Amino acid sequence: MTLLVDILSWILIVGGSFFTVVGAIGTVRFPDFWSRLHAVSVADSGGMLLLIAGMCLQGGFTLVTVKLILIGIFLFITGPTATHAVANAALVTGLRPRVARDIEAVELPPYSDVPDPRG
Amino acid sequence: MRVVVTALILFLLWLLMSGIYKPMIIGFGAVASIVAVYVGQRMDRADGDRVALLLSPLKFLGYLGWLMIEIAKSNIAVTRTILTQKMPIRQNLFRVPSCQRSELAQVIFANSITLTPGTITVETEENDFWVHAVSFSEDDHEALADMGARVAAIEPGGAA
Amino acid sequence: MFLLAALALFAAMALVLYRLYAGPTLYDRVLAANSFGTTTVLFIGVIGFLTGRPDFLDIALLYALINFVGTIAVLKFFRYRAIGDIPQVPDREVGS
Repeated sequence: MTLLVDILSWILIVGGSFFTVVGAIGTVRFPDFWSRLHAVSVADSGGMLLLIAGMCLQGGFTLVTVKLILIGIFLFITGPTATHAVANAALVTGLRPRVARDIEAVELPPYSDVPDPRG
Repeated sequence: MRVVVTALILFLLWLLMSGIYKPMIIGFGAVASIVAVYVGQRMDRADGDRVALLLSPLKFLGYLGWLMIEIAKSNIAVTRTILTQKMPIRQNLFRVPSCQRSELAQVIFANSITLTPGTITVETEENDFWVHAVSFSEDDHEALADMGARVAAIEPGGAA
Repeated sequence: MFLLAALALFAAMALVLYRLYAGPTLYDRVLAANSFGTTTVLFIGVIGFLTGRPDFLDIALLYALINFVGTIAVLKFFRYRAIGDIPQVPDREVGS
C-alpha cells in the first residue's frame, strides 16, 4: 500500500517537474509575447496541479494536505486570472498578436479603454 | 443566521490552518473570526456587493473532472509544440460566443479557456470572448463551443 | 524524489529569470514575474518536504496571495498610473 502511494507520487512529482521545466523552456524559446503566455500556462496549470497532487499523496491524512489543497485551489483560481489580466493589459495598450498568414484576420477587437489623461 | 454560519466557517478554517490546540490559541481564533465577520458586515452595508453561488454541486464536480482531462490533453499538445525543433506556431485571435446566462458561469467558462494551455481569453464583451490560440486549428471553434455548452449545463435550469 | 523536484524547479526559476531580464516588453517581464512567483510557491513547498519542516507551507500560502495581488497591482499601475481610485477624465474635457 505504502509502496503503491510512493510510486504514484513519484510519477506525479516527476511529471509536474517535467511540465514546469518545459513551461520555463517555452518562455525562453518562443518568439513573441503572445506565444509566451501559453508556455507560462503550461507551468501554471499542468505542473502546479501534478506537483500539488504528488505532495498531497506524500502528506497523507494530515493538516499538511489541507494546506496543500488550499494552496492548490487558490492557484487554480488566480493563475488563469493573472494570465488573463496580463494579456488584457497588453491588448488594450496596443500590443497585437501576429495572426498566421493563412488565416484571414477578423476585424480588430476594441482598441483601448484607457482614459486619455489629456482629455 | 448567515452571519453565524460565516463565523463558524472562518473558525473552522482557523482550526485547520493553525494545528495548535491550546485554549489561548483557540480563543484568538474565535476573536479573529468574530472581528472578521463584523468588518464584513460593515463593508456589506456600505456597498452590498455579493455573489450568489447558483451551481449544482454534483454537475460542477463532474465538469471539474472533464476539465482535468482537457487540461492534460492540451498540456501534452503544447509541450509537443515547445519541444519540437521548429515550433509549429499558428497564432490566431478569434471570437467565441458565450451562451451562459449568469456572470459566475461566464467567469468559469473564461477561466476554463485560460486554464487549458494553448488558448487564452484576452478580452470579454457582452456575449463574446476574444480568444487567442497559439497553434490554431479549425477544430478549436467546435471544441470551445462544446466547453461552453458544458458550462451552461451546470447552471440551474441549464439545458441538459 | 523531492531533491529531483527541487532541482527541476530551480532550473525553471533560472530560465524564467532569464526572460525577466531579457523580455523586450513590459508585459513579458510582468508575465515572467508572475510565473516566477508560482514556481517559488511550489519550490517552498518542496523544500518544506525535503527538510521535513511542513511549516514552510504557511509561507507558501502567504506567498501565493502576495504574488497574485502584486501582479494585479503592477498591471493596474501601468494601465492607469494609479494604484487607488482610477482618475476619471471629466466629460466636458473629452469633447473639447
